Amino acid sequence: MLSIKNLKASIEDTEILKGLDLEVKPGEIHAIMGPNGSGKSTLASVLAGREDYEVTEGDVKFNGKDLLDLEPNERAGEGLFLAFQYPVEIPGVSNMNFLKQAINSIREYKGEDAIAAKEFLKKVKEKQDLVGLSGRLANRSVNEGFSGGEKKRNEIFQMAMLDPKLAILDETDSGLDIDALKTVADGVNQLRRKDNAFIVITHYQRLLDYIVPDVVHVLSEGKIVKSGPKELALELEEKGYDWLKEDEGVNA
Amino acid sequence: MSTTSKKDKFIANFMKNPVADAIGQQQTVREEAFQALRELEFPTLKDEAWKYTRVAGILNKEFEVKEVENPALSENYLIPDLKVNRLVFINGKFQSELSEIIDSDLDIKTTAQARFENHDAVGGYLGSLTNHKNEIFTALNTAFNQTGAFVQIQKNKKPQFPVHIIDVTEGEGVTYQPRNLFVLEEGAELDVIHTIEGDNGQSFTNLVNEFVIKENAKASYYQVQRNGEKNNHIQTTQVYQAQNSRFRTGTYTFGGKLIRNNVNIAVDGENCETILNGAFLLNGKQHVDNHTFVDHLQPHCESHENYKGIIGGKATGVFNGKVLVRPDSQKINAFQSNQNILLTEQAEINSKPELEIYADDVKCSHGSTTGQMDEEALFYLMSRGLTKAGAMGLMIQAFAAESIEIVEIEPLKQWIESLVEERCKEIQD
Repeated sequence: MLSIKNLKASIEDTEILKGLDLEVKPGEIHAIMGPNGSGKSTLASVLAGREDYEVTEGDVKFNGKDLLDLEPNERAGEGLFLAFQYPVEIPGVSNMNFLKQAINSIREYKGEDAIAAKEFLKKVKEKQDLVGLSGRLANRSVNEGFSGGEKKRNEIFQMAMLDPKLAILDETDSGLDIDALKTVADGVNQLRRKDNAFIVITHYQRLLDYIVPDVVHVLSEGKIVKSGPKELALELEEKGYDWLKEDEGVNA
Repeated sequence: MSTTSKKDKFIANFMKNPVADAIGQQQTVREEAFQALRELEFPTLKDEAWKYTRVAGILNKEFEVKEVENPALSENYLIPDLKVNRLVFINGKFQSELSEIIDSDLDIKTTAQARFENHDAVGGYLGSLTNHKNEIFTALNTAFNQTGAFVQIQKNKKPQFPVHIIDVTEGEGVTYQPRNLFVLEEGAELDVIHTIEGDNGQSFTNLVNEFVIKENAKASYYQVQRNGEKNNHIQTTQVYQAQNSRFRTGTYTFGGKLIRNNVNIAVDGENCETILNGAFLLNGKQHVDNHTFVDHLQPHCESHENYKGIIGGKATGVFNGKVLVRPDSQKINAFQSNQNILLTEQAEINSKPELEIYADDVKCSHGSTTGQMDEEALFYLMSRGLTKAGAMGLMIQAFAAESIEIVEIEPLKQWIESLVEERCKEIQD
């Protein structure tokens, strides 16, 4: 589904990603962990198409298409979704209007008809319940005046509405209390299918108690320095990241 | 060529057409206007009130008052789902065939007709508020205007439907000067919608409105400017508010080449409410200048002003809003805001909110902001699948919405919102 080869990316002439490789197959959940400044959020931003970053080398294929050639909205159209670490407040733009346009833009991209009003409302209700936001989005602007937890739930709600093939969760767990964390994890688990995949970027192991990954990767200084089964996360939690730097036998 | 002869040459454009006879007070007003035209000069950038708006380009051209041969009303000029008392003017000439009055007891006619009948209200009020002795474009209109709409609402009356004036400009080198008068007697209510339409011909239009709003009366005046792309348009709306009255106006600009909108409101009674909003969505080389003046002559009043500018291409916007609170006008609440988004490097805004306060117990504030599109929000919307144009459109609509909220006629509000949406597609990049 996603194939990243030797990806190098910079921001303002500072190289952040220094030759990153990653393969994600349908049905998988990958966790990417790593210390602050290792490039986790840069990876998420580059994949979603944020303009601030310059890709200097490497190749990213998403379902056979060259992802880096696509505009952010085209990436969404292809089925990529980024749950933002810091969801943006957009005063005056209504949640519902925005979501409807998002769904219809993606449908248009795929050559499909616009969603019927009734179907849209039904879906909103269903997915709101999924993330525990029932009735709290109508008549409000996108993320405006939302608490930290509400913003993150709203990201998962949008993900559920758009039903992407690959969702990247960029530190969705940061700043969440345990109940919100469980809700977010439940949302992800219910959306999990054989034909979609998730990349969960996190600083802490605790989210992975609820979203169980198939593979855990450790990102350090712009490269994946270790990959392993879910137990790797526990090991990291226990030992921290420093032991990896001294480990001669790092494998990518 | 000296400026004087340029002025004479320009004024000569209007001399070709005989103006309707004026009687009594109207004759005096017109003579005052002619006197002013002899004495005054057209403004240059050296005049503070015209610092950013250059009219020399208009004065160099020749214009003519021209009628159209087969006047027709485009479906596009009508506001969907709204029943109105409609007055249609094409190139300044009243089109009775295209007009329709559905409120049976409404005192509505053209100013020409009212003048011909020597209507009391016209005799008493036309030119009573305007500054035609000192302001040259108002003098020009006062001297040469042919007709316009005249509406008088009697004491405690309210028409069932709004009055919709449609001014259409068609053809090359056209000029005309509409003159509208609205008189609201005590406790009367009136909603006026004024839409300005035009084709691609070069033209010059010079409009003057007067609103006389007596005690307890309520008037609204919503204007939608869809002027043709080579239209030069100057207008002045002069308002007088007596005590306990309410006036709200919204000016929404989409078209035109050079537009100057003056709104001058004399709040001359206690407990008045005044709302003046506007939005301008500009593109290409458009130049739109909004000048407003609220004169608080009496205490215990409230005024709110909110203008939004969205400027693309190489267009220029000007906002100059002045609020004057006179020495004995205590307990005034006056709020003024102008916010702008520049879509390109070449887009320009000159914004100057002004408060002049001579009373000490007042609550007044003003503010002006200018910025670019929020890139982070754009990326967020695009990451959800919206195209760049779609995302920008959504954000521009959200930005403009505050200035449109005051429109109390729901179908009109929706129509203006849809025009904003359409305009968004035209003004990007």
